[in-house]
Amino acid sequence: MSQAKDEDTVSITVEFSGGLEMLFANERKLSLTIPVKDENGERPNIAFLVRHLCDTIMKDPRKELFVLDDTVRPGILVLINDADWELEGEDKYEIEEGDNILFVSTLHGG
Amino acid sequence: MPPSPCALCKVNRALILRPKDHSKLCRPCFLSTFEAEIHHTITSSRLFERGERIAIGASGGKDSTVLASVLKTLNERYDYGVELILLSIDEGIRGYRDDSLETVKRNAQQYGMPLEILGYDELYGWTMDQVVEQVGKRGNCTYCGVFRRQALDRGAAKLGVKHVVTGHNADDVAETVLMNLLRGDLPRLSRTTSIVTSTPSLSADGAGKNTNIKRSKPLKYTYEKEIVLYAHHKNLDYFSTECIYSPEAFRGSARALIKNLERVRPSAILDVVRSGEDMAKLVPGSDEGCGGVCASAVPAGEEEEGGCGSANGRSSGGEMATMEDQLSQNEAAKANGLEVEITSSKIKKSEAPLPLTVGKSRKVPKASQPRKEPKKQVMGQCKKCGYLSSQEICKACVLLEGLNKNRPKNHIEVGYEQEKDVNGATEAMKQLDVGAG
Repeated sequence: MSQAKDEDTVSITVEFSGGLEMLFANERKLSLTIPVKDENGERPNIAFLVRHLCDTIMKDPRKELFVLDDTVRPGILVLINDADWELEGEDKYEIEEGDNILFVSTLHGG
Repeated sequence: MPPSPCALCKVNRALILRPKDHSKLCRPCFLSTFEAEIHHTITSSRLFERGERIAIGASGGKDSTVLASVLKTLNERYDYGVELILLSIDEGIRGYRDDSLETVKRNAQQYGMPLEILGYDELYGWTMDQVVEQVGKRGNCTYCGVFRRQALDRGAAKLGVKHVVTGHNADDVAETVLMNLLRGDLPRLSRTTSIVTSTPSLSADGAGKNTNIKRSKPLKYTYEKEIVLYAHHKNLDYFSTECIYSPEAFRGSARALIKNLERVRPSAILDVVRSGEDMAKLVPGSDEGCGGVCASAVPAGEEEEGGCGSANGRSSGGEMATMEDQLSQNEAAKANGLEVEITSSKIKKSEAPLPLTVGKSRKVPKASQPRKEPKKQVMGQCKKCGYLSSQEICKACVLLEGLNKNRPKNHIEVGYEQEKDVNGATEAMKQLDVGAG
C-alpha cells in the first residue's frame, strides 16, 4: 500500500469466500488498482470489475462458475462495503476509491 | 444510490435486502430477525422438548455451522432447556473431510459443545477414498449417501440421542421438491417437505429394541442467502470447498434452476417449499395433513434426500432414486420390501393407486390383500448387519457386498444415464421459464 497514489487508478480490495477463492488460486483477498475510466470513458462499475477479474485475474478456466450470461452467477452474493449489491444498484454501482467488494458463494456444502 | 435506512430501527444504514419480502435491514436488526424467525419455527412446530438431548449433524459447512450457532444462542436466550451435541460423520476423504472436521472441532470449542466423530472406516470398513479407488468417481456419491444416512442414526444411537437436527435450508427443500416433481415421486415429496421425520433405528446395544430417532430441519424456512449473510455478519468460522469427488455435480440442475428463479423472483423459493407442503397433503396416507408436527412424524424411509450432505450432492438427488430403482429391480423376485407395503396401504386408504417410480417388474399389491400380515407392516432387520431395513439386506450391505466382491457397479452407469434425463428436463424447464418471463 506504500505505492504512490496514481491519479488515473482506483485502489480497491476484492475478497472471495464461500469457496469462490478456489477459482482465484485460493487468494481470499486481493488489493487491486483499476483504471479510473473504463473502455468507454465511464467510471468503472461492478460489471467492469467482473470483466476485469475474469479477463486478467482469474486463471481458472471455469469462468462459468463465476459469471453466467454476462453477470455474476446466480447464487453468488456480492457485498459492496458489506452492503448487498442489490441495495447499491447491482452491477451499475460505480466503484470508489477504497471500496471493499466481497464475492461470496452460497453454492457450497453445509 | 443513496443509502436506505433500516426498515425496522429507521436509524442504521440498511445492508441486507431480505429475499422473502424485499425489506431492507441493518446488521443488528437482520441478525435479531433471523434468530427470531428460527425461534418461531422451532416453537410453532414444537420441535424441541425440555430436557431433550439433540445432536446437530455438523459438517463444518455454512448451514450446520449457522445452525449450531443459532441453536446455542436461542437455547440460552429462550431457555429451551435442551442439550446440544455436535455429531460429525467422517467419510474418509483426504483433503476434504479432514479439513472440514478441523472446522467442526473449532466450532465445538467456540460453542462449548461436545463433539462425536464417527468414521465410515469404523462403521463399514471402507473410507470413501478406498471406495473411489475401487468404483471410480462416477456413482460414488450413491455409496456416500447410503452410508451417511445410517451413520447419522448410528451416531445418534451411540450418543443415546433421539433427535438429530440437520442444516437443510429452504433452498435445499425447494430443490428437493422440484427433483421429486421431475421424478413424479409424490410419496417422497411428503417425506422431504416435512419439518420432522423419524427413522426407526436400532438402539446402540443392537438387541433389537427399536428407538425412534427423530430428524428435524429448523432452517427449513431459512434462505440460503440469509444463512451465508448471517455467517458473514457474525464472523462465523465455516468451511467451504467442493467435495473432491463430485466436481461435475457442482452444476446441479435443480439447484441452478432454484438460483435462477431466486434472481427473478426471490420469494419463489419459499413459494416452492409451500407448494411442496400443500401437494404433500394431497398424497394419500401422508402425515402432512397435520403439518408434519403431529405425534406420528412422517417416516423418513431409508434415505430422504440426495446422495450427499454437501451442496454438490444435494443438487443431484436423482441418483439416489435411480439407484433405488435399480436395487429394487435387481431384487424383483423378492419385491416384498417395505416401500411397496407402505405405499400399498396408503393406496388402499384412498382407493387411488398412484403410478410409482419403481421398477417395472415391481407389482403393486391389490387393495384386497390382507393388511394384517406383520411382515408387511414393520421394518425388518437387515440379515447381515442387523440394522433396520425395508429390505432383507439393507442398502449399505448390498453396496458393501459389491465392494467386497470387487464387483464392477454396472447399474450405477444406468443410473447416471437416467439422471442425465432428469437434468435435460430441468434444462428444458429453465428455457421455458426464460421464454415465459
